[in-house]
Amino acid sequence: MAAVSLTVNGKTVGAEIEPRTLLSALLRDHLNLTGTHIGCDTSQCGACVVHVNGKAVKSCTRLALSCEGAKVTTIEGVGRPGNLHPMQQAFQDNHALQCGFCTPGMIMSALDIVRRKGTRLDEATIRKELEGNLCRCTGYHNIVRAVAAGAQAMGDSKLQAAE
Amino acid sequence: MSDTGIGKSVKRTEDIRFITGTGRYTDDINRPGQVWAVFVRSPHAHAKIRNIDIRRASAAPGVVGVFTGKDVGADKIGNLICGWMIHSKDGSPMKAGVHSVLATERVRYVGDHVVVVIAESKNQARDAAELVEVDYEPLPAVVRLADAQTRGQPQLHDEAPNNTVYQWHLGDKAAVDAAFASAAHRTKLEFVNNRLVPNAIEPRAAVAEYDTGTGSYTLYTTSQNPHVTRLVMSAFIGIAPENKLRVIAPDVGGGFGSKIFIYAEEVVCTWAARKVGRPVKWVSDRNESFLADAHGRDHLTIAEAAMDAEGKVLALHVRTKANLGAYLSTFSSAVPTYLYAPLLSGQYDIPAIYCEVDAVYTNTTPVDAYRGAGRPEAAFVIERLVEVAAREMGIDPAEFRMRNFIRKFPHQTPVLFAYDAGNYPACMKLALENADYSGFAARKQASAAKGKLRGIGLSAYIEACGIAPSQAIGQLGAGVGGWESAEIRVNVTGTVEVLTGSHAHGQGHETTFAQVVSERLGIPIEQVTVIHGDTDKVQMGMGTYGSRSGPVGASAIYRAIDKVIVKATKVAARCMEVPDDGVEFADGIFSARGTNRTMKFGEVALQAYVAHKFNPAEIEPGLKESAFFDPPNFTFPSGVHIAEVEIDPETGKTRIERWSAVDDFGNLINPMIVEGQVHGGVAQGVGQAMLENTVYDDNGQLLTASFMDYCLPRASDLPSLNVGMTNTPCPSNPLGVKGCGEAGAIAAPAALINAITNAIGHEDIDMPATPFAVWRAAQQHEKQAAE
Amino acid sequence: MYEFEYLRPSTLADAERALRQHAGAKLLAGGQSLIPALKLRLNRVECLVDLSGIIGMNSIERRGSLLAIGAMVTHAEVAESSVVKKAIPGLAQLAADIGDPQVRNCGTIGGSIANNDPSADYPAAVLALGATLKTNKREIAAEDHFKGLFAGLGQDEILTEVLFPIPRCFGYAKFPNPASRFALAGAAVADTGKGVRVAATGAGMNGVFRVRELEAALSSAFRTEGLKKINIDSSNLISDVHGNAEYRAHLIGVMTKRAVDACLAG
Repeated sequence: MAAVSLTVNGKTVGAEIEPRTLLSALLRDHLNLTGTHIGCDTSQCGACVVHVNGKAVKSCTRLALSCEGAKVTTIEGVGRPGNLHPMQQAFQDNHALQCGFCTPGMIMSALDIVRRKGTRLDEATIRKELEGNLCRCTGYHNIVRAVAAGAQAMGDSKLQAAE
Repeated sequence: MSDTGIGKSVKRTEDIRFITGTGRYTDDINRPGQVWAVFVRSPHAHAKIRNIDIRRASAAPGVVGVFTGKDVGADKIGNLICGWMIHSKDGSPMKAGVHSVLATERVRYVGDHVVVVIAESKNQARDAAELVEVDYEPLPAVVRLADAQTRGQPQLHDEAPNNTVYQWHLGDKAAVDAAFASAAHRTKLEFVNNRLVPNAIEPRAAVAEYDTGTGSYTLYTTSQNPHVTRLVMSAFIGIAPENKLRVIAPDVGGGFGSKIFIYAEEVVCTWAARKVGRPVKWVSDRNESFLADAHGRDHLTIAEAAMDAEGKVLALHVRTKANLGAYLSTFSSAVPTYLYAPLLSGQYDIPAIYCEVDAVYTNTTPVDAYRGAGRPEAAFVIERLVEVAAREMGIDPAEFRMRNFIRKFPHQTPVLFAYDAGNYPACMKLALENADYSGFAARKQASAAKGKLRGIGLSAYIEACGIAPSQAIGQLGAGVGGWESAEIRVNVTGTVEVLTGSHAHGQGHETTFAQVVSERLGIPIEQVTVIHGDTDKVQMGMGTYGSRSGPVGASAIYRAIDKVIVKATKVAARCMEVPDDGVEFADGIFSARGTNRTMKFGEVALQAYVAHKFNPAEIEPGLKESAFFDPPNFTFPSGVHIAEVEIDPETGKTRIERWSAVDDFGNLINPMIVEGQVHGGVAQGVGQAMLENTVYDDNGQLLTASFMDYCLPRASDLPSLNVGMTNTPCPSNPLGVKGCGEAGAIAAPAALINAITNAIGHEDIDMPATPFAVWRAAQQHEKQAAE
Repeated sequence: MYEFEYLRPSTLADAERALRQHAGAKLLAGGQSLIPALKLRLNRVECLVDLSGIIGMNSIERRGSLLAIGAMVTHAEVAESSVVKKAIPGLAQLAADIGDPQVRNCGTIGGSIANNDPSADYPAAVLALGATLKTNKREIAAEDHFKGLFAGLGQDEILTEVLFPIPRCFGYAKFPNPASRFALAGAAVADTGKGVRVAATGAGMNGVFRVRELEAALSSAFRTEGLKKINIDSSNLISDVHGNAEYRAHLIGVMTKRAVDACLAG
């Protein structure tokens, strides 16, 4: 067993874990943050995407111990019921989810797209940048619209804040 | 009329928990003291089990139990069942081999369940599973569907000579033969309907516990129909009586059919929970999903159409071999028979149809219902046939279809169904308009100038949803009814709980069902909660499959609301001191006719419970009603999908440039959700047609057992979709709805293959039309052009 | 995953020592291939030595006629680097198209090259550009590293830096496997000034290789005309469910043409 300490959604947390523990397992099994999902074993579905030090990663493909000291954000840290993040709101507004299983990973990836590509996103960019996230329900049509709308809303709220 | 009522695109209430990561899927459930199960699976497609040695595994760290089929058998746990009896054309019942929950003597596919290892952690269970020593004697395997019935091939089940489950037929062969004899033109095609792996993004899972105090079990499981799971596990497998078995299907991350069935894993976990005296949890890996979730489709078909000189279809003759895999999964037998052949008439007035289906065993994963289940296979047959017939006869494919459309309803087809309503030409016209069909020639030219091949393809599909009435499907061999149940509990304060036997795993029932209540009772949608997926809360229900939750599930709610309104009207009449027939109810207000007295729905609910204003001998206190709705007919959604593609002949890469769908689902409860269902269905249909390739090698090893080799559609594989609607109400249910969940998957494959073959200039390509396959086919075209 | 010991040294020397002390040790350099292999139990290690804690292996700099990229530089960092974009823009583009955004945020150039997956993108660039691999022990010419599948580094050898000679131009094009999105066939083309080098990935049974037929043609005239006529030997190419050897041979030609187009456009 080994000790790990890191910041998750703004809180410092620690756990005693086997070295083979994945970040996704640490989040789900030790910290009870079950919004991060596991949908495959080959790092492709993206249901497990979280942010480590501000960048999107697949938490099923990171050892928890390698995140020692890191700042991790999960879907639970993005926005809560009653206080939704604009990207979360855009997913609801645009019917960008059906079963909801891929949704946390989609939202975490969408936020990473905005970080890298800004708040004005065209369809081709969004489709390409969603390469690492699989959805079996929506055909992506409404996800693409939601990411564009959420990004736009993030830009607008930044503008408002600046004014 | 409320803005959260029927026909409004109300935002989904269930979304809040999913977008904030607070949903509760089976894998999110952990019970105190829980242990983990891992299954030891067969690495061979076919083998005898000589011996199983569990000693090393049992002694491994953390292990609390290792069990084999013998242990399960000692507790008289029964076998998995197939719930639909099909009779062969000679009258004999289908030949079903034994399907044990843990194999004892033989394994019949790679992934077959042999031993369960239960340990303190999943890692320990996995570590120990590798220490189980199963001594296999490998046997030759039969993998290819085309070979399965050939003499001398390996035999899977003693019960089924020549690996044949049944040889079934439907229709009038003599009439078809006569029509072919007089035909001016015949079109014959041979094709593969490729095997698919459903791949809901949430893998299957189960958490089971046993309460020694009450002697009852609770199973949390990824199910589309928890009541049916309970019924089968109780009545057929013998885990516990129904009243001692609670099955809960919490949030479920997609199903597409694959979570209808009763699988070995949840049975074994439930049994083992008592055996080890602790809650037992199992979560499938993706690799395991590929091997052990029931697959879909897998047909080989030879189909022929006979036309008169004007292109009127006179008859169809269809011969299909259907691969059911190594065992009969829960509803597998019905899929290539009654969910397939009756759809072959499509949207067309065809006087004679004859279809023969041989269902066979092979050493592959069992095959069962997957989105559309039989209906996509039928739509592919008829929509490829009419497209190619039109091309061969030099008639525009849209015009060819228009000439053959059914125009009078009800319409009795030669293959069982009586279509109740539809307007096929209207759908076609709108679809052609939306697709700018007339502008295609110019776009094709523009593509050609860039060295690209452009093609357009149509698919005018028909679907049959609801899988009811019960009497009719009972005659066809169904083991269950086709109704659905609902209960409306009006609370004292006028809020409402809807308990439904339908299960939602992406369909948005919590919103759409609440819309029906909001509309009918005239109360805000926030006052309505939909409860589903728990056998302790909801009375018997049939679950969600076959696009039935709208036409059957919501209709049951509608009927239960009728009863609530009748009773509430009586209560209101007493309160307002007028006769029962002197009260009107509209928009949530009861009004005493001829007076200025009114009561709000909530006030009446309160009066129903306080019971101060009426005689209990005349009216029972309380306000709670239930209904079982058994529709008089299937529903028949239809539509036209038009795909337009551009192919890069250098690489075989096909890009979908346009997708224009016009569907007729009758009345819509929530148009936003309906469109979403079309999007998802089309994506799965595109996957089948272009991307999803399930390949076994000659030894029965699944070569495409991960997302590294099995291509699930990604965002960049799909275009934006243009979805339009026409609305011809369905007369078979009070809501006039038809069901929309499977349409896209039914329509899309033929549309896309018709577009690709149009682009490459010949018909010789099978699904999936991967870049490699298209490149080869396009080369063939180049060679032909050169000659 | 099987159990293993995990070490995260903060210096190269400590990492080297860890490798020497644990016979079954393996390096973790991003882990985007290794961790999935461990999860599927296709691979077993006694000890993982994580290089992510070592400072000084993640710089990108121009050194005269060389572009030096530290082994722990992620694909995303290469893709976004203004130094790379200026020196070898085609290399930045290659990195931008590896895997998916999440993989690019974790996967490293050193990890990719050391792993030398036969369908990976970087090995094609390393071979086409004639890069030098710098380890804690020596410098290895690209040709020597890619001798066969997973050939290359010794047990206690750590790739620290990749030195790319800056070419006249460089282009890369790949046709992705529809499922995995790894290259079904990819071609890297470099006009080095001393001749044209073409390396193909995704197609060869023994991993990345130089395509002499195409090199000869492009060295005599650096243009796409005529490339279509050149037959690529398919005898050592992969045939699988995604495409046979003939298809891959054909794709190498098409991708080479597109890489040359990219060169000429850039």
